[in-house]
Amino acid sequence: MSESPPNRAKCEISLQVNGKVVAVRTYPMERLLDVLREQLGLTGTKEGCGEGECGSCSVLVDGVLVNSCLVPVLQAKDAKITTIEGLAEGERLHALQQAFLEFGGAQCGICTPGMILAAFHLLSKSPQPTTEEIREGLSGNLCRCTGYAQIVEAVAEVGRRGAGG
Amino acid sequence: MRARPAEYELAAPGTLSAVLSLLAQEPGEWLPIAGGTDVMVQYCAGRLPSRKLVSIWNLPELRRIEVTPNEVRVGAGCTYTDLRQHEIVSREFVLLTTAAGWTGGIANQNRGTLGGNVINGSPAADSLPALLVYEAELILVSAKRERRLAYGDFHTDYRKTRLAPDELVQSICLSRRFSEYYAHARKVGARNAQAISKVCLAALGRLVEGAVDDVRLAMGSVAPVPLRLRETERVVRGRRIKAELIQLASKTAAAEIRPIDDIRSTARYREAVAGNLVAEFLERLSIAGRQHE
Repeated sequence: MSESPPNRAKCEISLQVNGKVVAVRTYPMERLLDVLREQLGLTGTKEGCGEGECGSCSVLVDGVLVNSCLVPVLQAKDAKITTIEGLAEGERLHALQQAFLEFGGAQCGICTPGMILAAFHLLSKSPQPTTEEIREGLSGNLCRCTGYAQIVEAVAEVGRRGAGG
Repeated sequence: MRARPAEYELAAPGTLSAVLSLLAQEPGEWLPIAGGTDVMVQYCAGRLPSRKLVSIWNLPELRRIEVTPNEVRVGAGCTYTDLRQHEIVSREFVLLTTAAGWTGGIANQNRGTLGGNVINGSPAADSLPALLVYEAELILVSAKRERRLAYGDFHTDYRKTRLAPDELVQSICLSRRFSEYYAHARKVGARNAQAISKVCLAALGRLVEGAVDDVRLAMGSVAPVPLRLRETERVVRGRRIKAELIQLASKTAAAEIRPIDDIRSTARYREAVAGNLVAEFLERLSIAGRQHE
């Protein structure tokens, strides 16, 4: 392309992020991931591959696990978004975050927010998942540090404690 | 190169008829986007054919599954998760729900749609061989008309389809006549989740008095389009499953496919695997038939 086409119009989009209604002025094709990180400062959501392969950017949209790198923000209009920042209550970590710490489920940390959101989504569907269900529920989230065993154990433990919700 | 969102338009008119009239006004100008699992990847890579997109995500007219006595009509906007959670689809069309479970991880299954898979037309798509063996039909709609087309005639060449520029796939119709068949699905890939298949097979078979009364075989990643193995079906139909027949069927399958070398595998490997998958299916069909008797 020799010349860039002219800019299109921005639009106002309302989102409910971690329980708070926010309005952003943005281009409709902006990725939800970039709006969360750059406009709302919620940098807990990570970008890994940017192609829906690694799951680092996982968030919940109306309770459904998605890769936020593949969602144009307009498609999330008026939706309830949950990011990793929305799980802890003040200083008190969510049971999954606590279990990841206890079991060594987090090492470098890049996959961790997405991994925890995927686990949170799994536990919302299946509060006491089997190992097989945990592996499937997290299969879209790649980790290059842990070898997965500690992550699977952490999620299983939260299921056993009945503390996933 | 990274796409600049400022250069793209995204309309979300909210109803099917409004989307169709947009497509009718400027045919070929607007690119529909459903869950974005393919389109957003192309977009991020700066490879989209258009800068004007129209959202069809979650349109109620496309996001329902209708069940009639003779067929199940899956709205093109239904996600893989929708398919996996649907009681009748998962009971009667197990090849489809198995393939849905192979597709990406949970997040992609929550966004990727069956219609998107059909339109994208990747020869490697896991769900498409299932649609071939179930002899699915598509309902295509535009502002002016509605038509029904056999899915087996939809792909004309590598990522080319019979869809007109002003049309959308509205639903995928599945005939309910295969629920008694033995169904077998197999994916061969580097990893179970998040890995695109090197070869995948969807197969249906029915034995009557020890002979193959009916058989349907289709494979992914072995040709420019998802491929029905009609020649292999022909050599098997009407015969008893014996070692010689299995050998002949394997050879026929390996000769019938048109695989290539690519980043995921080689043509030679795919030929060997295709033959083995057909053999494995016939062995299992034979065992299932014996247990049935």
